Amino acid sequence: MNIVVCLKQVPDTYSERKLRAADSTLDRDAADGVMNELDEYAVEEGLRLAEAHGGEVTILTMGPEKASESIRKALSMGADKAVHLIDDALAGSDALSTSAALAAVLGRIGFDVVILGSESTDARMGVMGAMLAERLGVPQLSFASKVEIDGANISINRQADYGYDRVQATLPAVISVVEKINEPRYPSFKGIMAAKKKPVEKLSVADIGIDPGQVGLASAATEVVSFASRPPRQAGTVVKDEGDGGVKAAEFLAAQKFI
Amino acid sequence: MAEILVLAEHSGESVKKVTTELLTLARRFGEPSVVWVGQGAEEAQPRLADFGAATVYVAGDAEFDDYVVAPKAELLAALVAEKSPAAVLVASTAEGREIAGRLAVKTGSGVLTDAVGLDEGLVAEQSIFGGAIIVQSRVRAGIPIVAVRPNAIAPEPAPSPGAAQLENVTVAVSDVAKSARILERVVQERGERPELTEASIVVSGGRGVGNAENFALIEKLADSLGAAVGASRAATDAGWYPHQFQVGQTGKTVSPQLYVAVGISGAIQHRAGMQTSKAIMVINKDPEAPIFELADFGVVGDLFRVVPQLTEEIEKRAEG
Repeated sequence: MNIVVCLKQVPDTYSERKLRAADSTLDRDAADGVMNELDEYAVEEGLRLAEAHGGEVTILTMGPEKASESIRKALSMGADKAVHLIDDALAGSDALSTSAALAAVLGRIGFDVVILGSESTDARMGVMGAMLAERLGVPQLSFASKVEIDGANISINRQADYGYDRVQATLPAVISVVEKINEPRYPSFKGIMAAKKKPVEKLSVADIGIDPGQVGLASAATEVVSFASRPPRQAGTVVKDEGDGGVKAAEFLAAQKFI
Repeated sequence: MAEILVLAEHSGESVKKVTTELLTLARRFGEPSVVWVGQGAEEAQPRLADFGAATVYVAGDAEFDDYVVAPKAELLAALVAEKSPAAVLVASTAEGREIAGRLAVKTGSGVLTDAVGLDEGLVAEQSIFGGAIIVQSRVRAGIPIVAVRPNAIAPEPAPSPGAAQLENVTVAVSDVAKSARILERVVQERGERPELTEASIVVSGGRGVGNAENFALIEKLADSLGAAVGASRAATDAGWYPHQFQVGQTGKTVSPQLYVAVGISGAIQHRAGMQTSKAIMVINKDPEAPIFELADFGVVGDLFRVVPQLTEEIEKRAEG
């Protein structure tokens, strides 16, 4: 089975994340880059499917040179190879053009399943799985907390507010995962050493037949008009429980007319 | 006035609150039309009229509920082509965002998610990076598609009701849109509590709650306030509370009028999901817990003493 896991390198949520004043894009130098957390679960699920059904796991990422850190981590976890879509023309792409670029690569390299995290910790749009399924004309199996494959049949549990839906489709398909699905493995020392020899193919937009004018900040379908830091919250009242903490909390709620 | 398409979220004939919020928002810059998928439009019509809906496009075919989002995106795309609306508004829920994403691809339009406001010029306000930065964004290609965060807009009935004229629409759903079929819907009991993202009060428990059984304390406090129950990632990862109630970066983003954090330290993972709540109350035994930085009111103390006392006090006041 040909398994492709899409991953995104994002600024570490534990460092201060900023936008650049010049063009309102993410300041990638201000924060450490890490693999988007939910994509770790996507990599893990890809590895588990390959272990259970045979096949290869290919990592696909779009991003600047720095994104190779996350590629390396996924290869260390056990993925077989990677494709890195890297081109200055892509900088500042929005979701619409990112999905077009990724779909073009996926069309070129082929796949039985595409797996990705259900959203990224930076943009948090949660649209990429749906957009890729739309562009590729394949079933959308998103928010999966469980994946089962039997021959060409695939079924998932799709997490929802009310519980979950059991959803069925036939391969090829796009899957997005939630963190309930598995527990990602840590790269082993052997895995880290092996990753150094694994192939990483670099592609430019020209390589995938996309006009550079159709991607990047200048042609994005959305734009940031302005941005500002949120004013800090005013310091509140903190009391120590002296046996009447619950009563004091109720008094606060009453004063605020919540009760 | 320009037509604005509003995709209704509803449970049978019951209109979800977020839909009334979207209608309230849409009235500021146009004339809202509702897109209603499934049954219940006739019963819901008076409420949609109250909030200013001029037209209700009804796709009553049960087929729409049998497949994952794609048929709804096809329906919207057909309506967009026919009506050329000034904008399309959906709720920024998991499904709403996915429909928005597919519609964006179909129509070549820009899509903005998780908007907390939208002005006459269709400039959306978004709160990003865990609420640290406020961004004004707009769509500059195609028809603006905006997913609006539930609870961000105060719903107000229209000064004069809309006609809410029911109009049946039929769309031949393509085979490819029917490729992900829903076999079974598994509904997990959550009692009579309001939905997490729509609730005006949310009470969440975290690591300090200690185990699944103790979540009964959180539920009792929530019930005394008519609140929804949430949980931190630590609590859902430990299996103490179901995953769909997780508030935080990998879970739900909520902005209730009041958020009560119990036994939650306030890691950025959690703050990202609740930082825009209007008022925040914290109960935690660790005075150094970062969550206190956000608190309008905080109690440093043992939650197993403070929470039952608070619940009792609220119930007493309700009776009195």
